[in-house]
This record gives sequence, structure tokens and C-alpha cells, in this order.
Amino acid sequence: MLIVVILTLAAGTYGFRVAGVLLRDRLDLPEWARLLLPVGAAALLAALAATAAFTEAGRFAGWARPAGVLVGLLLAWRRAPFLLVVAGAAGTAAVLRLLGVP
Amino acid sequence: MRTVQRTAGARVLRDVLALGAAMVAVGASFGAVAVAAGIPVWAILTMSAVLYAGGAQFMAVGLVAAGSPLAAVLAGLLLNARHLPFGLALGDSLGPRLRHRLLGSHLLTDEATAFTLAQPEGAARRRAFWLAGTLLFLAWNAGTLVGVLAGGAVGDPAALGLDAAFPAGLIALLLPSMRDRDTRHAALGGAALAVIATPLLPAGLPVLLALAGPAAIALRRRSTPPGGAGPDLPAPAGAGRTGEGAAC
Repeated sequence: MLIVVILTLAAGTYGFRVAGVLLRDRLDLPEWARLLLPVGAAALLAALAATAAFTEAGRFAGWARPAGVLVGLLLAWRRAPFLLVVAGAAGTAAVLRLLGVP
Repeated sequence: MRTVQRTAGARVLRDVLALGAAMVAVGASFGAVAVAAGIPVWAILTMSAVLYAGGAQFMAVGLVAAGSPLAAVLAGLLLNARHLPFGLALGDSLGPRLRHRLLGSHLLTDEATAFTLAQPEGAARRRAFWLAGTLLFLAWNAGTLVGVLAGGAVGDPAALGLDAAFPAGLIALLLPSMRDRDTRHAALGGAALAVIATPLLPAGLPVLLALAGPAAIALRRRSTPPGGAGPDLPAPAGAGRTGEGAAC
């Protein structure tokens, strides 16, 4: 049973991944549509980042995580190196939790 | 030119390694959680290798442990539907050959997409995709193995704040593309819509709602006569450099 779940999920997920990649070749898209695809990807990634920053299992994730992400955002805005952005976000959330912030 | 290329490549490598380290830790937590849920070791390692989708893996382990295998499949597929538009956007960044595309498709994740689109189109994008795709795949699977072996000794990634690291990393990679007005509007609108919809819709759907903005632009353009390319033609997202946020 478990193997069926894993393989079905894996096949379906690979199907989504490869369908997008291969479809791009087949579609003869006009220039404006071609330029719109990265815009769509950026919107999806922003939505992923925002939901991951604020929510956990459909509910508010607590303050420590969005506070950490905010520090990361400010660091990125100030053109800090990527490592500092990631470490700053994680460090802020970790310290806040250590202080008892959920 | 070569030096410039090499420096850019080294920067992508450094940035991928930073996120890869966090991914090892989260992979370890997946391994440990799955062992604790009573999933056999072979199944845990197979999942990370052939499914390779963190969110869906955590969700599947929870639902399988709760005795709902069908729900695990449906919820996981809904969660991963976003990879289709990612594949469309990456297009030929995976390589010229069919085998590049077939193999590369398996390495397609949110983070790999963000690293790739943050590079200028062409060879730099292809290099970034394969670098991020390969290293993050290895990181996730190595992490899973560590978690399976260490079990309960693996700490909670939330204690290290790693749950804040991933959204921050995605934002840093997206920030340069926000200079383009259409991309900025689509990203901010999509993010707001997804957060608002999250308590109301099953996981996966809220994020897909973010496509409503770009879809509306597409419909508007389709209805305008050809040749009427207006000044609001969107520029490609992420023409900037990896890991260096630019002011919006």
C-alpha cells in the first residue's frame, strides 16, 4: 500500500514537472506570452514565500517566523550577501523562540 | 569575460551551498519524523529520492500515519501542481537535449527555480539550474539519511529558525526582479491573495491563486489586436544577480 502511495505521488509530481518543461517546446508562444511566464513563476514563488512566512498548516505560524523573514527581507534589501540573509532570518527566529516568542 | 563568468558561478555556488546546508537539516528532520511515524526506512529513503518534494513528503507521512493514503496522494499532487508553471517558465534552461529535460525535470523545485530565474537568460541560467538542482537534491537526500540514522537525536529545525530561512532565501532571490513593475504587482498581489486564502482552501490551491494576476494580463493582451504591444510589456523576471537584493 505504502509503495503505491509513494510511486503514485512520485509519478504525478514528475508528470507536473516534465509536462511544463516539455510543453514549453511544443507551445509556439508569442513574445508577450513568453515574457509573462517568468512573471507567473515570480508570483508563485512570492506566494510560496509569503504563505511559508506567515502560516503553518493553514493557521498563523506565530510571530517568530515572520519576524525572522522580515529581518531577511531587510538584509536582502540592503544588498547583504545571500548567506547573511538566510542566517539572519534563521537566527532572528531562533533567538525569538529562545525568548519565548511562539 | 571568463573571470566575470567564473565569479558569478562561484557566487551561485556559495549561495546554493548556504540554502543546501539548511536543506540537509530539514531533510534530517523529515527522516526523523517519518521514522517516528512508523514509516519503514526503505520507504523514507525512496520517497526523498523519487518524490523529492519536501512539503508533499511531510504531508504524505502525516496522512499515511493517520491512515488516509488516498488523501496523501491527492493532497500531495495538489501541493505539487505548481511545478507545471515552473517548468513552463524554466523552459530551455534545463538544456538543449531531450535527456537534459527529462532528467532535469526531476530536480525542479521551488528553490532551484528561484536560483535559475535570478540569473540572466542563457548559459548562466543553465549552469545555475544544474548547480542548484543537483546540490539541493543531494542535500535533501543526505539529510534524509542522517535523519533516519540519527532518529530522535535530530533537533527541531524550528529551534534553529530554519523555517524562516527558506522564505527569506526565496525573497532574496526574487528581489532583483521586483524592479519590473508587472512582476512586482503580480508578486505582491499573488502573495497577499495566497496568504488570505490559506485558512480557507486546501494546501496548494492558495499558492496557485497567485497565477490569477498574470492570467488576467494574458487575457487582456489576447483581446488586444496584434501589433498593439503597449508600454506595459512585462520584462523577464530575475534579470538581476543571485543573492544580491536590489532596492525596489
